[in-house]
Amino acid sequence: MKRLAKALKAEFGDNAKSDGNTNPVTFTVAVERFADAAKTLKESSASLCAEWTTDDTNSGRGFSVYACYREGSEYLIIKAEMSYDKPEFPSLVNHFVPANRFERQIRSLMGVIPRGLPDSRPWIKFEDWPEDAWPLRKSFDVSRAMARCEGQYAWIKAEGEGVYEIPVGPVHAGIIEPGHFRFQAVGETIINLEERLGYVHKGIEKRFESMTWETAVKLAGRVSGDTTVAHSLAYCMALESMTHCRVPDRAKWLRALFLERERIANHLGDIGAICNDAAFAFMLYQCSRLKETMLSNNLKLFGHRFIMDRIIPGGVTADIDGNAKKEILSEMDFIKKNFDKLVRIYEESSSLEDRVRNTGILSSELARELCVVGVVARASGLNVDCRVYNHFSPYDTLDVDAPVLAAGDVHARIWVRIVEIRSSMRLLRNILRDIPAGGIDAACNAVLPDSTGFAAIEGWRGEIIYWLQSGNRGEINRCMVRDPSSVNWLALEKAIHGNIVPDFPLCNKSFNQSYSGHDL
Amino acid sequence: MIRILRQMFRTGIVTDRSPQVDDPKIRVVGLEFENSVRKRFRRSLTVRAVDAGSCNGCELEIHAMNNPVYDCERLGIHFTASPRFADVLLVTGPVSRNMEAALRRTYDAVASPKIVIAVGDCGCNGGIFAETYASLGGVDKVIPVNVYIPGCPPTPADILNGFYKIFL
Repeated sequence: MKRLAKALKAEFGDNAKSDGNTNPVTFTVAVERFADAAKTLKESSASLCAEWTTDDTNSGRGFSVYACYREGSEYLIIKAEMSYDKPEFPSLVNHFVPANRFERQIRSLMGVIPRGLPDSRPWIKFEDWPEDAWPLRKSFDVSRAMARCEGQYAWIKAEGEGVYEIPVGPVHAGIIEPGHFRFQAVGETIINLEERLGYVHKGIEKRFESMTWETAVKLAGRVSGDTTVAHSLAYCMALESMTHCRVPDRAKWLRALFLERERIANHLGDIGAICNDAAFAFMLYQCSRLKETMLSNNLKLFGHRFIMDRIIPGGVTADIDGNAKKEILSEMDFIKKNFDKLVRIYEESSSLEDRVRNTGILSSELARELCVVGVVARASGLNVDCRVYNHFSPYDTLDVDAPVLAAGDVHARIWVRIVEIRSSMRLLRNILRDIPAGGIDAACNAVLPDSTGFAAIEGWRGEIIYWLQSGNRGEINRCMVRDPSSVNWLALEKAIHGNIVPDFPLCNKSFNQSYSGHDL
Repeated sequence: MIRILRQMFRTGIVTDRSPQVDDPKIRVVGLEFENSVRKRFRRSLTVRAVDAGSCNGCELEIHAMNNPVYDCERLGIHFTASPRFADVLLVTGPVSRNMEAALRRTYDAVASPKIVIAVGDCGCNGGIFAETYASLGGVDKVIPVNVYIPGCPPTPADILNGFYKIFL
């Protein structure tokens, strides 16, 4: 038995019932003890990955609340059931900070009350939604347009001599997604930042429930368009774990090929864009040229610039031949040659260094407390990477090195990306060398009623989690999506304290979180 | 510094001089100007991009229009930070319910003739997100649209061809 499960068993004994055969193991506890379980797991240094609720009325039950924890390579889910008439559970916020937004969202979209959560404001749900509009409930009519009503959002205020406020967004100056940021500043120094997200809420989780398992992979590929490969992969792996589908080896290797290409392309774009926000436009144009090389090759080799819709349940729809291998190898040579020169220029530019070092520091302690994932976590000293610690095939045979830096500043987040690009280029070469022959797709069994599936994979931003649940007819009852942005956005609010207003774009870009993946 | 200059010279000009074509899949509605206006737009067209609820896929391709390979500025297409300076509103969708007010207000701030280009399948008709409690569907459900550029996402070349319809 693994560490978290052992700690839970020691504390709860028979009061925590495991369902035995699911992966990860799910323990059911009494709803009053939901927060006690969090406390026990926190003491075993677990992080909170996600918290969500389900409406099980179609199966003749009430609501259930779930929390997913991670420690090292171990995932563990705690479940508690509630009756339909008393949808309440004790809040986890005293033990885990990220529970704040998860639970505000639960209350806003499912109408289940986290007892003891001090922040009563809605999240994702805007003030002009009707109070009793809970779209994730089964009784909610999706097709009907919602009425608009009056309401006010209670912003955090700062008062005092010289304190002023800067509202930014939702429509930003650049070509980026919408979100609202409100700064309180004294002179140039930011004393507080409050994020208001939810502008791109498209009802994705609800939309899943009206789709079939096969068509829903397209929607998963559009949760966050820049992470299309990783999201469709996570969805497919969760579905495959549910149906015990055996994916051919070659398909698994091709999936890894797509995933690493997505990582390199996006990291290249990010490095250029971060430097551009420090007025080093040279890097933007050089990096975007390298990124463009990969995207146009993707179109040529796989039929789509972002390799969208090429991963399906049971396998993939695009294969590579000898020519494609050669093309990718010569592309990698070209990118490596240029990238090495660019990195050298980055290292030698002292004016750039002045902007990126000691800017937007997210300390290791805070990163741990906020349970951040991905590039942001690795730049702040947390050694987390699903390719290393929760490895899925073929990463168990590939030698992944995940860089970990301690500084937690903008430079560290750039440097993690630089090392990852190099590491992914090496992985691509290894994949091309060792990819096994064989078929690229397999048929999946039908989904059984009342079953669940789970997958956690490492997209380019970080860990992406999908949790699927089927209803009593084997249909999609719930699809929980946890993009890395759902936890990492809060870290930006904290990292910005004490920085100057002109450095915000730089810090924001170095986090580069998804709005669409967060708002769903 | 010398390394930067060397890298610039080594790179040279990488712009792809792909010919602009009258792409039949791009639909145009009510785009009528006098020739004198059209002629001015051909060399100087200022664009404001608005994400009204997209998945960020279309934004990446709009970004790519600015990269050295497509380099839209060579055609006089320039992105601006303020809608008040804009001739064109480039909108990606579907329009989410939470972005409806912001989109309307941006549209109101644009100077006439207010050309609106809807980018992507979702911007054209709501795409996979359809019309639900949270998604209002295509951009034309909220503001009038002149040019529809379908695709999921449309390639930078597709989007440039959409702009070409304004000059035609």
